[in-house]
Amino acid sequence: MSYFRDVGALARKDLLLELRARDTLPAMLLFVAAVFVIFHFALPGTPSRLETTGFLWVAILFTALLGLGRAFVPEREQRTFDGLVLAPCDRSAIWLAKSLATLAFLAAAEVVALPLYVLFFHPIHGAMVAAVLLADLGICGVGTFLGAMAVVTRARDLLLPLLFLPLAMPIVVGAVGASVSASPGRYLGFLALYDLLFAVVCWASFEYVVAE
Amino acid sequence: MLTARRLGKRYGEKRVLRRIDLELPRGGFLVVTGPNGAGKTTLLRICAGLAQPTEGTIEREASRAQVGYLGHEPLVYRELTALENLELYGRLYRIPERRERIGMVLERFGLWEARHERVGSYSRGMTQRLALCRVLLHEPELLVLDEPYSALDEAGAELLDAQLAELRGERTFLVSTHDPARVESLASGRLALAT
Repeated sequence: MSYFRDVGALARKDLLLELRARDTLPAMLLFVAAVFVIFHFALPGTPSRLETTGFLWVAILFTALLGLGRAFVPEREQRTFDGLVLAPCDRSAIWLAKSLATLAFLAAAEVVALPLYVLFFHPIHGAMVAAVLLADLGICGVGTFLGAMAVVTRARDLLLPLLFLPLAMPIVVGAVGASVSASPGRYLGFLALYDLLFAVVCWASFEYVVAE
Repeated sequence: MLTARRLGKRYGEKRVLRRIDLELPRGGFLVVTGPNGAGKTTLLRICAGLAQPTEGTIEREASRAQVGYLGHEPLVYRELTALENLELYGRLYRIPERRERIGMVLERFGLWEARHERVGSYSRGMTQRLALCRVLLHEPELLVLDEPYSALDEAGAELLDAQLAELRGERTFLVSTHDPARVESLASGRLALAT
């Protein structure tokens, strides 16, 4: 239980920092809204569901990347990582708390993105919402892990997309498949498996990412 | 409390620490001196458990929860208030009667009145006092203090003097400073590093 209390304290800190600094969420909201408006005017006629589903996932992925790139900015700029690393809590709690905070920001961006998608393109269905939820878990878990690796390097702005996008390809495959397939169950299962597998890997190896 | 044998540290080709031996018994007060670039900060980071040596061995009796580390950065968040920062660390260190303990350290370092202000609005001296509050909050057994007097005005430095004197003997200290005279009366040993 104390592990989850640590995660709660760290996630609360991240949400409080965003509430005060407003560095990440407004940028994500503006970006995702702008992308949909641009898609709406850039696409001629009425694009098919298949095409717009692809655009939706591109928008979600790059909006998430924006948030992930900023996840460890307070720790980097204010050099507070040492304080968290020294604390006697399990270090994976730092990863889980950051992932949860990023998940909250991404979910908030999707609260804007999905209605815009419906407004401009096509209605959404249950499997699509389930795919969004499952994909978010994978995106935030893996992305936060890679963000922690990238943040200590000089080329962090370049490194995070380079590491993250290839690892996010299975998420895109699963999410698009679940969104357009007549039988989305196996794609949702694939996304759930991806989430589980990478959650275990990130949780078990975060200790080594933050150790000097 | 702390034993290091032939300790060394390299960052790639650059050697920043070479063959350091040190023995710090429980209750000891070791002062580390040396010019800039001699490796004081690296040594202290290794002793605090923040970095691993590339050569030699280090044995520390204190667990992570029993180490208090003051580095060149205060390790507090500027957008949070002093109280919120200490609340966070208090929770992570699972301090019993956290609120009372936080109030006590803030009072001691003269920050009680400013506890609801964001750290970003603090002066450098106030931020350093808050960093000292953070270090002492969980009553660590081993205190690793890297230039603790930096940025403190005379009043702040006297508060720190009093705090160190009060804890001397009860706790174990590893302190780096450019002004060893300030802690001369407290020191049980001295380690001079050379470049």
